Amino acid sequence: MADLRSLFAGIRSPNPFWLASAPPTDKEYNVRRALEAGWGGVVWKTLGEDPPVVNVSSRYGAFNYNGNRLVGLNNIELITDRPLAVNLAEIKSVKRDHPDRAIVVSLMVPCVEESWKRILPLVEETGADGIELNFGCPHGMSERNMGSAVGQVPEYVEMVTRWVKQNTRMPTIVKLTPNITDIMQPAGAALRGGADAVSLINTIQSVVAVDLDAMAPMPVVGGLGTHGGYCGPAVKPIALRMVGEIARNPDTRGLPISGIGGISTWRDAAEFLVMGAGTLQVCTAAMHYGFRIVEDMITGLSNWMDQKGFAAIDDVTGRAIPNFVNWNQLNLKFKTLAKIDQDACIKCGLCHIACEDTSHQAIARLRRDGTRRYEVIDEECVGCNLCAHVCPVGDCITMVPQPVDEVLTWPHHPNNPAQAAK
Amino acid sequence: MDPRPDIAANRLSPHCLAINFADAHPPLTGGQASIEADRCYFCYDAPCVEACPTGIDIPGFIRGIATGNLAGAAHTILESNILGGSCARVCPTEILCEGACVRTAQEEKPVVIGALQRHATDWQMDSGTQPFSRAAETGRHIAIVGAGPAGLACAHRLAMHGHAVTILDARPRAGGLNEYGIAAYKLPDDFAQHEIDFIAAIGGITIQTDRILGRDVTLADLEAAYDAVFLAIGQAGVRMLGIEGENLDGVMNAVDFIAGLRASATGADVPIGRRVVVIGGGNTAIDAAVQARRLGAEEVTLVYRRGAETMSATGVEKAWAQTNGVTIRTWAAPLRLDGVDGTLRSVTFTRGRLHDGRPVHDQGNFTLEADMVLKAVGQLFLADPLDRGTIAIENGRIAVDDQGRTTRSLVYAGGDCTPGADLTVVAVRDGRNAAEAIHADLTAATGA
Ligand SMILES: Cc1cc2nc3c(=O)[nH]c(=O)nc-3n(C[C@H](O)[C@H](O)[C@H](O)COP(=O)(O)OP(=O)(O)OC[C@H]3O[C@@H](n4cnc5c(N)ncnc54)[C@H](O)[C@@H]3O)c2cc1C
Ligand SMILES: Cc1cc2nc3c(=O)[nH]c(=O)nc-3n(C[C@H](O)[C@H](O)[C@H](O)COP(=O)(O)O)c2cc1C
Ligand code: SF4
Ligand code: SF4
Ligand code: SF4
Repeated sequence: MADLRSLFAGIRSPNPFWLASAPPTDKEYNVRRALEAGWGGVVWKTLGEDPPVVNVSSRYGAFNYNGNRLVGLNNIELITDRPLAVNLAEIKSVKRDHPDRAIVVSLMVPCVEESWKRILPLVEETGADGIELNFGCPHGMSERNMGSAVGQVPEYVEMVTRWVKQNTRMPTIVKLTPNITDIMQPAGAALRGGADAVSLINTIQSVVAVDLDAMAPMPVVGGLGTHGGYCGPAVKPIALRMVGEIARNPDTRGLPISGIGGISTWRDAAEFLVMGAGTLQVCTAAMHYGFRIVEDMITGLSNWMDQKGFAAIDDVTGRAIPNFVNWNQLNLKFKTLAKIDQDACIKCGLCHIACEDTSHQAIARLRRDGTRRYEVIDEECVGCNLCAHVCPVGDCITMVPQPVDEVLTWPHHPNNPAQAAK
Repeated sequence: MDPRPDIAANRLSPHCLAINFADAHPPLTGGQASIEADRCYFCYDAPCVEACPTGIDIPGFIRGIATGNLAGAAHTILESNILGGSCARVCPTEILCEGACVRTAQEEKPVVIGALQRHATDWQMDSGTQPFSRAAETGRHIAIVGAGPAGLACAHRLAMHGHAVTILDARPRAGGLNEYGIAAYKLPDDFAQHEIDFIAAIGGITIQTDRILGRDVTLADLEAAYDAVFLAIGQAGVRMLGIEGENLDGVMNAVDFIAGLRASATGADVPIGRRVVVIGGGNTAIDAAVQARRLGAEEVTLVYRRGAETMSATGVEKAWAQTNGVTIRTWAAPLRLDGVDGTLRSVTFTRGRLHDGRPVHDQGNFTLEADMVLKAVGQLFLADPLDRGTIAIENGRIAVDDQGRTTRSLVYAGGDCTPGADLTVVAVRDGRNAAEAIHADLTAATGA
């Protein structure tokens, strides 16, 4: 049995699965249910200064695709709308009853040192294990010069992180917004400011859909809509890349990362871990199915680790990072060819039309005794994988790597103008 | 002692009959339709399209359902098959589109194309709007004989091209077998008439019922009075068993029994035997047997002369009969019908087997007691209404080219009265194609 215990920036939890700061962690009631269900920890829904914010009614918009619900979720909710004292009392009570779990408190207060100085001792007093600075909320709060308005300016990230570190003994995680051009800027700033870890991603600015009758972005609030924050399975690719970028960059190497964004299964979790994450935060998947999803996440990850011979989370974290390179380090001599398993093929023609219309005309459409047959023309196939992705039958089209005799990367390629100049 | 023969109406309560003859396969809800539509892979060169006799762009219309474009979906269906509504309900999809669906190959669970087609066409008919309009009037007038699926499809396409159409039908109600042949639970709630209203609403179509070719009017009369004639008279005759006792009381043609049931509003007034034997192996036999059960017959035995594999009824139809409590017996050929005082008492069969690849019936006899026998051993085209010798007949049906042209100039034919599979959807295709041929021939003749 793999050991799933996690020690992350000084914070212990029995497994690396935490609930992200969001509605699932907004109240003692929810958090207790989550911990009972087996979550290793929670990041409490972001606290702010009193008076609390006011949330609107109608808060979510969904991206459904081809019959799948909630491929993406968009929200226009703000931070907690409950008084600070209520949240603090609840955090204290939960922590007292669950000393083994990670209880991290997310914070967002105005960008003045006094505000941070005021709130930090109050949080410390609850016995919480750490804090997470919400520099990511992309709507509502950013217009009040908080959230992503801070996260988008590396100097502010560094400054606020430093204030916080100077005023608390608690491990400090800086939560990054993806609504920037280069994730390395705020990540580096957090590190310089003294952050113990970063977590990412927060939600992505979005208009999830437009109500064509109301003629307004969704969700529609009394006839009007606004942009919101996007999360759920659809954002995972964006999050994975940003996590991997921080993990592989020499400037930030070794900085603990809590991976967030579209994690719904143990497989997603494993991918985040090998791309450099140490813990994993989940929001949308829990909002979709409830807290019980953690059971399969735990056993799935553990079984996978056993299969691979990984004893502990530390053995997994960053495993794929050495193989995550820039494009110009890829071998241009490598070639793979599509291969169709004719017995599995159900003759839907999708591979043919995809390659014919939009790729390399490398799948012939044939008839043998009146029966459809699709065949790869090896000479034309560039190994782009499109057909394998459109084929509705699992493992029907496989990509077969061909023998490679040499390595030739772009910097050394004759077509590279830089080469010609030499 | 039991009253013999035991044939009676009102075997079941009105409530029971209403349930038995209601829609056998209720429509999909909107939610079900979109889940099913999402199962379609949107195949290229889709096998299902090839398997549809009318060549409906199935992935195209299903995509319309998936995206909420029901008007587009209905248009796609109806432009190939204006009787898409009845075809959605009556087509043996298991041997047509759904049999060819790639999901059948993948997981034995096709996309339910028929039910989706119904979803879209129901939307269209409920909307009260017309998806097509007529071209400018051409001044041409075409006579169609027979208001079944072939005649109606031809009429609609001709009307679209701007021609005027008059349809004559021998029966008091139009619709052909949609009205008096198809099993009641496949086309309930007077669907055939609603569909005719929908088709005729395009304009330019006049339907005259109780008008019989060969009695009220001749082919020569029609040729003289109209620019072209389309014959869609189906098959008026039925095959005989050719055995002793066929005229006994209690022995009936299955198609007549079904027609009587279809003409009845509730089924309550339709007499049915307590023990019914149906002879035949096609879908008509299945329909007769199941409807006999649903009218309250206690025992229904369907007897087919050869093995189950050669029955023309599809697997789905056979399973349907069995779930309805019909006993299917194979390898038994009817030998004679026995009666007392002119009234049926029993049927005797000879058991058969396959011998050197051929059926031989030499395995001894058995007798089934029966109050009623329904004969369903095939229909026949009767050429009597046509002026003798004027039109070539081939294998007992009107000879046509692949566009429905008969050997007589400007006389066309299609549907069950011509060679080919006897299916509603095939009749629709024939009618549509003949209309295109008529339109092309008339246009070519004027040089316009
Ligand atoms: C019991 C039964 C069940 C069936 N079930 C199915 C099924 O589930 N699915 C399926 O796809 N197919 C089924 N079929 C077959 C299908 O009904 C036919 O293939 C289809 O109706 C043929 O259409 P048609 O227009 O050629 O002929 P018909 O529907 O037979 O219409 C012919 C019309 O011509 C009229 N007519 C005939 N002679 C004259 C005349 N001399 N003058 C004027 N009018 C005349 C008739 O009154 C009739 O209205 C079934 C057939 C039967 C008998
Ligand atoms: C309704 C909602 C409210 C959220 N509120 C907060 C918040 O108060 N503080 C915060 O740091 N992140 C907040 N988030 C962002 C999540 O913590 C998380 O970063 C994001 O949803 C991506 O993870 P996921 O794809 O698992 O949902 C919120 C997300 C949602 C859906
Ligand atoms: S891999 Fe790309 S080029 Fe090769 S057959 Fe598939 S789609 Fe065509
Ligand atoms: S996409 Fe897959 S199943 Fe479809 S034709 Fe191509 S190989 Fe066959
Ligand atoms: S074969 Fe099946 S999956 Fe493919 S287009 Fe037709 S209905 Fe859709």
